[in-house]
Amino acid sequence: MGLTLPADPEMAEIPGVSPNWLTTRLDFLVNWGRANSLWPMPFGTACCAIEFMATAAGRFDISRFGMERMSFSPRQADVLICAGRLPFKLAPIIRRVWDQMPQPKWAISMGACASTGGIFDTYAMVQGIDTIIPVDVYVPGCPPRPEGLMYGIMLLQKKIKSESISDPTLRQEFLANEQGFFLPPEKIDEISEPFGNSVHQTRSA
Amino acid sequence: MTATAPAPSPSVEALRAAFGTAILSHAVSCGDTIVLVDRHRAHDILAWLKTTPGQEYNYLTDVTAVDYRDPGQPLEVVYQLRSLGRKADLRIKVPLDKTGSLEVDSVFDLWRGADWLEREVFDMFGVTFAGHPDLRRILMWDTYAEGHPLRKDFPLRGNFTRAEQTRQALAANPEANYSIEELSIADAFSELPDDMKRRLAAGQRGELS
Ligand code: SF4
Repeated sequence: MGLTLPADPEMAEIPGVSPNWLTTRLDFLVNWGRANSLWPMPFGTACCAIEFMATAAGRFDISRFGMERMSFSPRQADVLICAGRLPFKLAPIIRRVWDQMPQPKWAISMGACASTGGIFDTYAMVQGIDTIIPVDVYVPGCPPRPEGLMYGIMLLQKKIKSESISDPTLRQEFLANEQGFFLPPEKIDEISEPFGNSVHQTRSA
Repeated sequence: MTATAPAPSPSVEALRAAFGTAILSHAVSCGDTIVLVDRHRAHDILAWLKTTPGQEYNYLTDVTAVDYRDPGQPLEVVYQLRSLGRKADLRIKVPLDKTGSLEVDSVFDLWRGADWLEREVFDMFGVTFAGHPDLRRILMWDTYAEGHPLRKDFPLRGNFTRAEQTRQALAANPEANYSIEELSIADAFSELPDDMKRRLAAGQRGELS
């Protein structure tokens, strides 16, 4: 994920930067800071948001991870947490929220619905937010317990701590194409294939 | 011990006396009286039920519709009425033959609350309400092109592929689904970006590109 896709593919190479003592020390410092001060953009659309609120509240308290500062403006957020099911009507909105978040940014898909459409294998529901925005961590569960979400957050911290500025693809942005999506259509159809628990297509036909 | 058949609401007799053959049939289910009425007289009948002394069904609890699985059976528009003063309920159903036009007269002029209820029935079942001031989709977005989801001939996962659904959803323009008043930006109109001003001034809704 990055600012914009470079117009010239040759620009993607940053010459002369390879991991060395300086960059790894700098990575360590920067990543330590980033991983421990994530500002979440809560995108709570359904029941999962209740567990997200429980995670944020006193008993579980994500301020222990430096995350107590909920960012209700995407422009000051680092991590989008989609907690709940996403209907197609909200798809352009989460895409716009994601586009408005500045780099560096990450996304957590919380719960079965956000990750796969869950039990809602219907005409109205996005079958996994990864068809709309790129996702870093999927938290399973319906809803995930706060411990589950915290484990997801810790996985994300682990991911952040292993980032390196010498990786030229690090901040590559998954920009939407003219059609509005960042994945090819066949890929979206493939991701959206029903899981074993879904309702049979012909039930109402 | 035989259970006595529950008596229908006295409104049924009064309706039959006033409208004769426009009252198609009636039934009692779980203690609720259901009256099936002719679609051309439905508006008159509902107006009569609202205003006639002794009936005074002054509260429209709900407007909804039922599409039965049997394709030969008509689609029914359901009006659930309540008289707040008399504490009595009555359910009026208007059967619509699915081979003909699905149209009934709007009751917006009788109950303002019918506005969104009728929009929902239009959105989900494709029933049009003649005389409704603002009949457009309410749950699905304006450019939704797959049909009317609660109809039994609508496949559960929709008519299009997931990729096409995603494309159309992302192409929908969220702001354009609302009128200026709904966005509460009428005051800030002069400060809006030019393209948005143009769209709003033209009353233009979301458009598929
Ligand atoms: S995964 Fe379960 S708890 Fe979460 S939004 Fe879906 S139905 Fe609700």
